[in-house]
Amino acid sequence: MNRINRLALALFAVGASWAFAQQPRSAVEEIERYRAALGDGNPAELWEARGEGIWKQKRGPKNASLEQCDLGLGPGVVKGAYTVLPKYFADSGKVEDLESRLVTCMVTLQGFTPEEAKKDPFGDPGKKVPMDALVAFVTGQSRGMKMNVAANHPKEQEAYEIGKKIFYYRGGPHDFSCASCHGADSQRIRLQDLPNLTKTADAQRAYGAWPAYRVSQGEVRSFQWRLYDCFRQQRFPELEFVSPASIALTTFLAKNANGGVFDAPSIKR
Amino acid sequence: MKKNPLALSLAGIVLAACAGMTASEKDYSQETVAMLKASFKERGQAKLDRLDQDDMQRLCSQYQGKPMPKDVSDKLEKAQQALIKYPADGNFLGDFRSGERIAQSGQGKQFNDNPANPSGANCYACHQLSKAELSFGTIGPPLYNFGKIRGFTPEMQKYAYSKVYNSQAFSACSNMPRFGHSGILTEAQIKDVVALLMDPKSPVNQ
Repeated sequence: MNRINRLALALFAVGASWAFAQQPRSAVEEIERYRAALGDGNPAELWEARGEGIWKQKRGPKNASLEQCDLGLGPGVVKGAYTVLPKYFADSGKVEDLESRLVTCMVTLQGFTPEEAKKDPFGDPGKKVPMDALVAFVTGQSRGMKMNVAANHPKEQEAYEIGKKIFYYRGGPHDFSCASCHGADSQRIRLQDLPNLTKTADAQRAYGAWPAYRVSQGEVRSFQWRLYDCFRQQRFPELEFVSPASIALTTFLAKNANGGVFDAPSIKR
Repeated sequence: MKKNPLALSLAGIVLAACAGMTASEKDYSQETVAMLKASFKERGQAKLDRLDQDDMQRLCSQYQGKPMPKDVSDKLEKAQQALIKYPADGNFLGDFRSGERIAQSGQGKQFNDNPANPSGANCYACHQLSKAELSFGTIGPPLYNFGKIRGFTPEMQKYAYSKVYNSQAFSACSNMPRFGHSGILTEAQIKDVVALLMDPKSPVNQ
Protein backbone atom coordinates (compact mmCIF):
# COMPACT_ATOMS: atom_id res chain seq x y z
CA MET A 1 0.00 0.00 0.00
CA ASN A 2 1.47 3.35 -0.96
CA ARG A 3 1.95 6.32 1.30
CA ILE A 4 -1.05 8.27 0.03
CA ASN A 5 -3.45 5.38 0.53
CA ARG A 6 -2.20 4.87 4.09
CA LEU A 7 -2.61 8.58 4.73
CA ALA A 8 -6.11 8.49 3.25
CA LEU A 9 -7.09 5.54 5.42
CA ALA A 10 -5.72 7.16 8.55
CA LEU A 11 -7.52 10.42 7.80
CA PHE A 12 -10.72 8.54 7.04
CA ALA A 13 -10.45 6.75 10.39
CA VAL A 14 -10.09 10.12 12.12
CA GLY A 15 -13.16 11.37 10.26
CA ALA A 16 -15.20 8.27 11.06
CA SER A 17 -14.39 8.27 14.77
CA TRP A 18 -15.17 11.98 14.84
CA ALA A 19 -18.58 11.37 13.26
CA PHE A 20 -19.54 8.78 15.87
CA ALA A 21 -18.11 10.58 18.87
CA GLN A 22 -19.74 13.97 18.40
CA GLN A 23 -23.23 15.33 18.98
CA PRO A 24 -24.85 16.80 15.84
CA ARG A 25 -25.06 20.22 17.45
CA SER A 26 -21.30 20.74 17.24
CA ALA A 27 -20.93 19.21 13.79
CA VAL A 28 -20.10 22.46 11.99
CA GLU A 29 -17.38 23.53 14.44
CA GLU A 30 -15.90 20.04 14.48
CA ILE A 31 -15.79 19.89 10.69
CA GLU A 32 -14.05 23.29 10.61
CA ARG A 33 -11.47 22.07 13.15
CA TYR A 34 -11.01 18.82 11.26
CA ARG A 35 -10.42 20.73 8.01
CA ALA A 36 -8.06 23.19 9.64
CA ALA A 37 -6.05 20.28 11.07
CA LEU A 38 -5.77 18.73 7.61
CA GLY A 39 -5.22 21.93 5.63
CA ASP A 40 -1.47 22.09 6.16
CA GLY A 41 -0.84 18.73 4.56
CA ASN A 42 -3.24 18.52 1.63
CA PRO A 43 -2.27 15.61 -0.66
CA ALA A 44 -3.83 17.59 -3.55
CA GLU A 45 -0.40 19.27 -3.82
CA LEU A 46 0.88 16.04 -5.33
CA TRP A 47 -1.82 16.23 -8.03
CA GLU A 48 -0.98 19.88 -8.66
CA ALA A 49 2.71 19.04 -9.14
CA ARG A 50 1.91 16.10 -11.41
CA GLY A 51 -0.51 18.29 -13.36
CA GLU A 52 2.14 20.96 -13.96
CA GLY A 53 4.38 18.27 -15.40
CA ILE A 54 1.62 17.03 -17.73
CA TRP A 55 0.79 20.62 -18.75
CA LYS A 56 4.40 21.15 -19.91
CA GLN A 57 4.92 17.67 -21.35
CA LYS A 58 4.88 17.14 -25.13
CA ARG A 59 2.04 14.69 -25.73
CA GLY A 60 -0.31 13.43 -28.44
CA PRO A 61 0.05 12.97 -32.23
CA LYS A 62 1.31 16.57 -32.60
CA ASN A 63 3.90 16.07 -29.83
CA ALA A 64 2.97 19.42 -28.27
CA SER A 65 2.48 20.66 -24.72
CA LEU A 66 -0.59 22.49 -23.41
CA GLU A 67 1.48 25.59 -22.60
CA GLN A 68 -0.18 27.62 -25.40
CA CYS A 69 -3.72 26.65 -24.34
CA ASP A 70 -6.05 29.65 -23.95
CA LEU A 71 -7.99 29.07 -20.74
CA GLY A 72 -9.81 32.38 -21.01
CA LEU A 73 -7.13 34.97 -20.26
CA GLY A 74 -5.10 34.37 -23.42
CA PRO A 75 -2.76 31.62 -24.66
CA GLY A 76 -0.50 30.29 -21.91
CA VAL A 77 -2.05 32.29 -19.03
CA VAL A 78 -2.84 29.90 -16.19
CA LYS A 79 -2.69 32.31 -13.26
CA GLY A 80 -6.25 33.34 -12.36
CA ALA A 81 -7.80 31.61 -15.38
CA TYR A 82 -10.16 29.46 -13.31
CA THR A 83 -11.83 32.54 -11.81
CA VAL A 84 -13.28 33.55 -15.22
CA LEU A 85 -14.61 30.10 -16.19
CA PRO A 86 -17.01 29.00 -17.61
CA LYS A 87 -16.64 31.37 -20.52
CA TYR A 88 -17.59 31.65 -24.21
CA PHE A 89 -14.71 30.84 -26.58
CA ALA A 90 -14.96 32.15 -30.12
CA ASP A 91 -12.61 29.45 -31.48
CA SER A 92 -14.87 26.59 -30.40
CA GLY A 93 -18.11 28.62 -30.56
CA LYS A 94 -19.11 27.21 -27.16
CA VAL A 95 -19.32 28.11 -23.50
CA GLU A 96 -16.66 25.97 -21.84
CA ASP A 97 -15.71 25.10 -18.27
CA LEU A 98 -12.14 24.15 -17.34
CA GLU A 99 -12.47 20.45 -18.10
CA SER A 100 -14.16 21.14 -21.45
CA ARG A 101 -11.47 23.68 -22.34
CA LEU A 102 -8.70 21.20 -21.49
CA VAL A 103 -10.36 18.69 -23.83
CA THR A 104 -10.53 21.36 -26.57
CA CYS A 105 -6.81 22.15 -26.16
CA MET A 106 -5.85 18.46 -26.11
CA VAL A 107 -7.66 18.15 -29.46
CA THR A 108 -6.48 21.38 -31.15
CA LEU A 109 -2.92 21.63 -29.78
CA GLN A 110 -1.97 18.01 -29.18
CA GLY A 111 -3.99 16.28 -31.91
CA PHE A 112 -5.91 13.86 -29.73
CA THR A 113 -9.39 12.88 -30.95
CA PRO A 114 -12.25 14.22 -28.77
CA GLU A 115 -12.95 10.61 -27.71
CA GLU A 116 -9.32 10.12 -26.60
CA ALA A 117 -9.30 13.44 -24.74
CA LYS A 118 -12.50 12.55 -22.84
CA LYS A 119 -11.69 8.87 -22.29
CA ASP A 120 -10.66 8.94 -18.61
CA PRO A 121 -12.51 11.84 -16.96
CA PHE A 122 -12.06 10.67 -13.35
CA GLY A 123 -9.31 8.66 -11.69
CA ASP A 124 -9.29 6.53 -8.57
CA PRO A 125 -6.52 5.38 -6.21
CA GLY A 126 -5.71 2.47 -8.55
CA LYS A 127 -5.69 4.60 -11.68
CA LYS A 128 -4.12 8.02 -12.06
CA VAL A 129 -5.50 10.03 -14.98
CA PRO A 130 -4.08 13.23 -16.56
CA MET A 131 -7.42 15.13 -16.29
CA ASP A 132 -7.55 15.16 -12.45
CA ALA A 133 -3.93 16.34 -12.27
CA LEU A 134 -4.40 19.06 -14.91
CA VAL A 135 -7.51 20.30 -13.10
CA ALA A 136 -5.63 20.37 -9.78
CA PHE A 137 -2.73 22.31 -11.35
CA VAL A 138 -4.83 24.92 -13.16
CA THR A 139 -7.27 25.54 -10.28
CA GLY A 140 -4.37 25.76 -7.81
CA GLN A 141 -3.09 28.71 -9.85
CA SER A 142 -6.25 30.67 -8.91
CA ARG A 143 -6.03 30.00 -5.19
CA GLY A 144 -6.65 33.15 -3.15
CA MET A 145 -8.20 35.06 -6.08
CA LYS A 146 -11.81 36.24 -6.42
CA MET A 147 -14.32 34.47 -8.67
CA ASN A 148 -15.11 36.74 -11.60
CA VAL A 149 -17.37 35.03 -14.15
CA ALA A 150 -18.61 37.65 -16.64
CA ALA A 151 -21.55 35.84 -18.26
CA ASN A 152 -22.19 38.84 -20.56
CA HIS A 153 -22.01 37.12 -23.96
CA PRO A 154 -25.47 35.99 -25.17
CA LYS A 155 -24.29 32.34 -25.15
CA GLU A 156 -23.05 32.76 -21.57
CA GLN A 157 -26.35 34.35 -20.55
CA GLU A 158 -28.22 31.48 -22.18
CA ALA A 159 -26.00 28.92 -20.38
CA TYR A 160 -26.65 30.70 -17.07
CA GLU A 161 -30.43 30.74 -17.57
CA ILE A 162 -30.59 27.10 -18.68
CA GLY A 163 -28.26 26.16 -15.79
CA LYS A 164 -30.71 27.81 -13.43
CA LYS A 165 -33.58 25.79 -14.95
CA ILE A 166 -31.54 22.59 -14.53
CA PHE A 167 -30.89 23.51 -10.88
CA TYR A 168 -34.65 23.54 -10.26
CA TYR A 169 -35.51 20.61 -12.60
CA ARG A 170 -37.26 17.85 -10.64
CA GLY A 171 -37.17 14.40 -12.17
CA GLY A 172 -36.48 10.69 -11.77
CA PRO A 173 -38.13 8.21 -9.37
CA HIS A 174 -37.29 10.36 -6.31
CA ASP A 175 -38.54 13.69 -7.74
CA PHE A 176 -35.21 15.31 -6.80
CA SER A 177 -33.70 18.49 -8.22
CA CYS A 178 -30.45 20.17 -7.14
CA ALA A 179 -32.65 22.51 -5.10
CA SER A 180 -34.13 19.61 -3.10
CA CYS A 181 -30.92 19.62 -1.07
CA HIS A 182 -29.32 22.96 -1.97
CA GLY A 183 -32.22 25.43 -2.01
CA ALA A 184 -32.71 26.24 1.69
CA ASP A 185 -30.55 27.54 4.54
CA SER A 186 -28.87 25.48 7.28
CA GLN A 187 -29.99 22.01 6.25
CA ARG A 188 -28.19 18.71 6.68
CA ILE A 189 -28.25 15.26 5.11
CA ARG A 190 -27.37 13.02 8.03
CA LEU A 191 -24.56 15.09 9.59
CA GLN A 192 -23.39 16.65 6.33
CA ASP A 193 -24.13 20.39 6.06
CA LEU A 194 -25.70 21.40 2.76
CA PRO A 195 -24.84 24.77 1.24
CA ASN A 196 -27.79 26.82 -0.03
CA LEU A 197 -26.50 27.42 -3.55
CA THR A 198 -29.10 30.12 -4.22
CA LYS A 199 -27.51 32.36 -1.55
CA THR A 200 -24.32 34.27 -2.30
CA ALA A 201 -22.30 33.48 0.85
CA ASP A 202 -23.01 29.72 0.71
CA ALA A 203 -22.48 29.59 -3.06
CA GLN A 204 -19.12 31.37 -2.71
CA ARG A 205 -17.95 29.03 0.05
CA ALA A 206 -19.12 25.88 -1.72
CA TYR A 207 -17.89 26.69 -5.23
CA GLY A 208 -14.58 28.01 -3.93
CA ALA A 209 -13.85 24.66 -2.24
CA TRP A 210 -13.90 22.49 -5.41
CA PRO A 211 -11.94 20.63 -6.71
CA ALA A 212 -11.09 18.77 -3.52
CA TYR A 213 -8.92 15.93 -2.33
CA ARG A 214 -11.49 13.47 -0.97
CA VAL A 215 -9.94 11.68 1.99
CA SER A 216 -12.49 8.85 1.81
CA GLN A 217 -11.70 8.28 -1.88
CA GLY A 218 -7.95 9.00 -2.00
CA GLU A 219 -8.45 11.13 -5.10
CA VAL A 220 -8.71 14.75 -6.22
CA ARG A 221 -12.26 15.28 -7.46
CA SER A 222 -13.03 17.90 -10.11
CA PHE A 223 -16.20 20.00 -10.32
CA GLN A 224 -17.36 17.81 -13.23
CA TRP A 225 -17.09 14.84 -10.85
CA ARG A 226 -19.05 16.73 -8.18
CA LEU A 227 -21.97 17.23 -10.58
CA TYR A 228 -21.70 13.65 -11.93
CA ASP A 229 -22.01 12.18 -8.44
CA CYS A 230 -24.78 14.58 -7.36
CA PHE A 231 -26.88 13.46 -10.35
CA ARG A 232 -26.16 9.81 -9.50
CA GLN A 233 -27.60 10.36 -6.02
CA GLN A 234 -30.43 12.37 -7.59
CA ARG A 235 -31.33 9.09 -9.41
CA PHE A 236 -30.85 10.67 -12.83
CA PRO A 237 -29.19 8.77 -15.71
CA GLU A 238 -25.41 9.13 -16.09
CA LEU A 239 -24.19 12.69 -16.73
CA GLU A 240 -21.81 12.78 -19.69
CA PHE A 241 -18.41 14.37 -19.11
CA VAL A 242 -18.24 18.04 -20.30
CA SER A 243 -21.81 17.77 -21.62
CA PRO A 244 -23.72 21.02 -22.36
CA ALA A 245 -25.96 20.56 -19.28
CA SER A 246 -22.94 20.12 -16.99
CA ILE A 247 -21.40 23.33 -18.34
CA ALA A 248 -24.68 25.31 -18.14
CA LEU A 249 -25.18 24.24 -14.52
CA THR A 250 -21.56 25.10 -13.72
CA THR A 251 -22.06 28.55 -15.29
CA PHE A 252 -25.05 29.15 -12.99
CA LEU A 253 -23.17 27.98 -9.88
CA ALA A 254 -19.89 29.73 -10.73
CA LYS A 255 -21.54 33.07 -11.43
CA ASN A 256 -23.49 32.83 -8.17
CA ALA A 257 -20.10 32.50 -6.46
CA ASN A 258 -18.73 35.72 -8.01
CA GLY A 259 -16.78 37.86 -5.54
CA GLY A 260 -15.98 34.87 -3.33
CA VAL A 261 -12.35 33.92 -2.76
CA PHE A 262 -11.41 30.73 -4.59
CA ASP A 263 -9.62 28.41 -2.15
CA ALA A 264 -9.04 25.06 -3.85
CA PRO A 265 -7.99 22.33 -4.42
CA SER A 266 -9.24 21.87 -0.88
CA ILE A 267 -9.45 18.80 1.32
CA LYS A 268 -12.70 17.15 2.31
CA ARG A 269 -13.68 14.06 4.30
CA MET B 1 -52.92 20.59 -36.71
CA LYS B 2 -49.67 18.78 -36.01
CA LYS B 3 -47.30 21.01 -34.06
CA ASN B 4 -43.86 21.57 -35.48
CA PRO B 5 -41.40 22.00 -32.56
CA LEU B 6 -38.82 23.75 -34.74
CA ALA B 7 -41.35 26.24 -36.06
CA LEU B 8 -42.61 26.84 -32.54
CA SER B 9 -39.16 27.50 -31.12
CA LEU B 10 -38.29 29.73 -34.08
CA ALA B 11 -41.50 31.65 -33.46
CA GLY B 12 -40.42 31.98 -29.84
CA ILE B 13 -37.04 33.39 -30.83
CA VAL B 14 -38.65 35.90 -33.21
CA LEU B 15 -41.18 36.95 -30.58
CA ALA B 16 -38.46 37.33 -27.97
CA ALA B 17 -36.35 39.38 -30.37
CA CYS B 18 -39.28 41.63 -31.33
CA ALA B 19 -40.18 42.27 -27.73
CA GLY B 20 -36.54 43.10 -26.91
CA MET B 21 -36.42 40.50 -24.16
CA THR B 22 -33.19 39.88 -22.27
CA ALA B 23 -31.94 36.39 -21.50
CA SER B 24 -33.30 36.45 -17.97
CA GLU B 25 -36.84 37.26 -19.20
CA LYS B 26 -37.01 34.50 -21.79
CA ASP B 27 -38.38 31.09 -20.81
CA TYR B 28 -35.83 28.38 -21.57
CA SER B 29 -38.01 25.36 -20.69
CA GLN B 30 -37.80 23.73 -24.14
CA GLU B 31 -34.07 24.38 -24.48
CA THR B 32 -33.49 22.96 -20.99
CA VAL B 33 -35.24 19.66 -21.75
CA ALA B 34 -33.42 19.34 -25.09
CA MET B 35 -30.06 20.04 -23.44
CA LEU B 36 -30.69 17.54 -20.63
CA LYS B 37 -31.58 14.83 -23.14
CA ALA B 38 -28.36 15.52 -25.03
CA SER B 39 -26.25 15.44 -21.85
CA PHE B 40 -27.17 12.19 -20.10
CA LYS B 41 -26.87 8.57 -21.16
CA GLU B 42 -28.75 5.59 -19.82
CA ARG B 43 -26.91 3.32 -17.44
CA GLY B 44 -28.30 0.20 -15.77
CA GLN B 45 -31.80 0.82 -14.52
CA ALA B 46 -31.51 4.61 -15.01
CA LYS B 47 -32.97 5.14 -18.50
CA LEU B 48 -33.35 8.49 -20.26
CA ASP B 49 -37.11 8.52 -19.59
CA ARG B 50 -36.22 9.62 -16.06
CA LEU B 51 -35.71 13.06 -17.59
CA ASP B 52 -39.39 13.17 -18.70
CA GLN B 53 -41.34 15.09 -16.08
CA ASP B 54 -44.85 14.22 -14.91
CA ASP B 55 -47.34 17.00 -14.06
CA MET B 56 -46.18 17.28 -10.45
CA GLN B 57 -42.49 17.46 -11.36
CA ARG B 58 -43.12 20.04 -14.07
CA LEU B 59 -45.31 22.28 -11.89
CA CYS B 60 -43.03 22.06 -8.87
CA SER B 61 -39.94 22.80 -10.97
CA GLN B 62 -41.71 25.86 -12.32
CA TYR B 63 -42.59 27.13 -8.84
CA GLN B 64 -39.45 26.00 -6.97
CA GLY B 65 -37.90 28.96 -5.20
CA LYS B 66 -41.15 30.96 -5.36
CA PRO B 67 -44.62 30.56 -3.78
CA MET B 68 -47.22 28.42 -5.60
CA PRO B 69 -50.75 29.92 -5.83
CA LYS B 70 -53.20 28.09 -3.55
CA ASP B 71 -55.56 26.99 -6.33
CA VAL B 72 -52.61 25.37 -8.14
CA SER B 73 -51.35 23.55 -5.04
CA ASP B 74 -54.88 22.41 -4.04
CA LYS B 75 -55.42 20.95 -7.49
CA LEU B 76 -52.03 19.23 -7.43
CA GLU B 77 -52.68 17.67 -4.01
CA LYS B 78 -56.12 16.38 -5.06
CA ALA B 79 -54.69 14.83 -8.23
CA GLN B 80 -51.97 13.09 -6.21
CA GLN B 81 -54.45 11.86 -3.56
CA ALA B 82 -56.40 10.12 -6.31
CA LEU B 83 -53.26 8.14 -7.22
CA ILE B 84 -52.79 6.49 -3.80
CA LYS B 85 -53.36 2.73 -3.75
CA TYR B 86 -54.22 1.33 -0.31
CA PRO B 87 -53.42 -2.22 0.87
CA ALA B 88 -56.11 -4.74 -0.15
CA ASP B 89 -56.09 -6.30 3.33
CA GLY B 90 -56.86 -2.95 4.99
CA ASN B 91 -53.88 -3.34 7.32
CA PHE B 92 -51.29 -0.53 7.53
CA LEU B 93 -48.92 -1.81 10.22
CA GLY B 94 -45.91 -4.04 9.40
CA ASP B 95 -42.72 -4.85 11.34
CA PHE B 96 -41.00 -1.83 12.92
CA ARG B 97 -37.61 -3.67 13.06
CA SER B 98 -37.69 -4.05 9.29
CA GLY B 99 -38.92 -0.44 9.09
CA GLU B 100 -35.80 0.73 10.95
CA ARG B 101 -33.54 -1.09 8.43
CA ILE B 102 -35.46 0.53 5.54
CA ALA B 103 -35.14 3.95 7.23
CA GLN B 104 -31.36 3.49 7.52
CA SER B 105 -30.70 2.37 3.92
CA GLY B 106 -30.07 4.85 1.11
CA GLN B 107 -29.69 2.18 -1.55
CA GLY B 108 -31.89 1.87 -4.59
CA LYS B 109 -32.64 3.40 -8.01
CA GLN B 110 -29.14 4.87 -8.52
CA PHE B 111 -27.53 3.83 -11.80
CA ASN B 112 -24.90 1.86 -9.89
CA ASP B 113 -27.42 0.04 -7.65
CA ASN B 114 -28.38 -3.56 -8.37
CA PRO B 115 -32.14 -3.43 -9.10
CA ALA B 116 -32.49 -6.98 -7.73
CA ASN B 117 -31.80 -5.65 -4.22
CA PRO B 118 -34.58 -3.97 -2.23
CA SER B 119 -34.50 -0.16 -2.04
CA GLY B 120 -34.27 1.72 1.20
CA ALA B 121 -36.16 4.88 2.11
CA ASN B 122 -33.20 6.67 3.77
CA CYS B 123 -35.61 8.42 6.19
CA TYR B 124 -32.69 9.34 8.48
CA ALA B 125 -31.07 11.35 5.69
CA CYS B 126 -33.72 14.03 6.29
CA HIS B 127 -35.59 13.19 9.55
CA GLN B 128 -34.82 12.53 13.20
CA LEU B 129 -36.58 9.26 14.12
CA SER B 130 -35.29 7.11 16.99
CA LYS B 131 -33.43 8.75 19.84
CA ALA B 132 -30.47 6.37 19.46
CA GLU B 133 -29.57 7.49 15.92
CA LEU B 134 -27.69 10.79 16.14
CA SER B 135 -26.75 10.90 12.48
CA PHE B 136 -29.95 12.36 11.08
CA GLY B 137 -30.66 15.16 8.63
CA THR B 138 -32.86 18.23 8.90
CA ILE B 139 -34.46 18.66 5.47
CA GLY B 140 -37.70 17.18 6.85
CA PRO B 141 -39.30 17.73 10.27
CA PRO B 142 -38.25 15.57 13.27
CA LEU B 143 -40.44 12.47 13.58
CA TYR B 144 -39.32 11.35 17.04
CA ASN B 145 -42.38 10.17 19.06
CA PHE B 146 -44.50 10.38 15.87
CA GLY B 147 -47.24 8.00 17.09
CA LYS B 148 -46.98 8.93 20.75
CA ILE B 149 -47.67 12.61 19.99
CA ARG B 150 -50.41 12.06 17.39
CA GLY B 151 -52.12 9.04 18.95
CA PHE B 152 -51.96 5.37 17.93
CA THR B 153 -55.22 5.54 15.98
CA PRO B 154 -56.23 3.73 12.77
CA GLU B 155 -56.75 7.14 11.12
CA MET B 156 -53.18 8.17 11.90
CA GLN B 157 -51.90 4.80 10.58
CA LYS B 158 -53.74 5.44 7.33
CA TYR B 159 -52.37 9.00 7.14
CA ALA B 160 -48.80 7.77 7.71
CA TYR B 161 -49.25 5.13 4.97
CA SER B 162 -50.64 7.75 2.57
CA LYS B 163 -47.88 10.25 3.32
CA VAL B 164 -45.09 7.73 2.71
CA TYR B 165 -46.91 6.44 -0.38
CA ASN B 166 -47.38 9.90 -1.91
CA SER B 167 -46.10 12.93 0.02
CA GLN B 168 -47.42 15.29 -2.67
CA ALA B 169 -51.03 14.39 -1.74
CA PHE B 170 -50.75 16.43 1.47
CA SER B 171 -48.05 18.98 0.82
CA ALA B 172 -47.66 20.12 -2.77
CA CYS B 173 -44.01 20.23 -3.91
CA SER B 174 -42.71 18.58 -0.75
CA ASN B 175 -39.06 17.54 -1.13
CA MET B 176 -39.97 14.00 -0.02
CA PRO B 177 -40.06 11.22 -2.64
CA ARG B 178 -43.37 9.47 -3.42
CA PHE B 179 -42.17 6.09 -2.18
CA GLY B 180 -45.25 4.07 -3.17
CA HIS B 181 -46.37 6.01 -6.22
CA SER B 182 -42.92 5.91 -7.81
CA GLY B 183 -42.28 2.26 -6.98
CA ILE B 184 -39.34 2.90 -4.66
CA LEU B 185 -40.81 0.82 -1.80
CA THR B 186 -43.20 -2.17 -1.98
CA GLU B 187 -46.51 -2.18 -0.12
CA ALA B 188 -44.99 -4.45 2.56
CA GLN B 189 -42.00 -2.10 2.99
CA ILE B 190 -44.29 0.92 3.41
CA LYS B 191 -46.21 -0.98 6.12
CA ASP B 192 -42.88 -1.62 7.87
CA VAL B 193 -42.03 2.09 7.75
CA VAL B 194 -45.53 2.92 9.06
CA ALA B 195 -44.85 0.50 11.95
CA LEU B 196 -41.60 2.34 12.70
CA LEU B 197 -43.66 5.54 13.07
CA MET B 198 -46.83 4.08 14.62
CA ASP B 199 -46.04 0.91 16.61
CA PRO B 200 -46.04 1.75 20.33
CA LYS B 201 -43.01 -0.59 20.73
CA SER B 202 -41.00 1.11 17.97
CA PRO B 203 -37.82 2.99 19.03
CA VAL B 204 -39.42 6.11 17.50
CA ASN B 205 -42.07 6.09 20.25
CA GLN B 206 -39.79 5.42 23.26
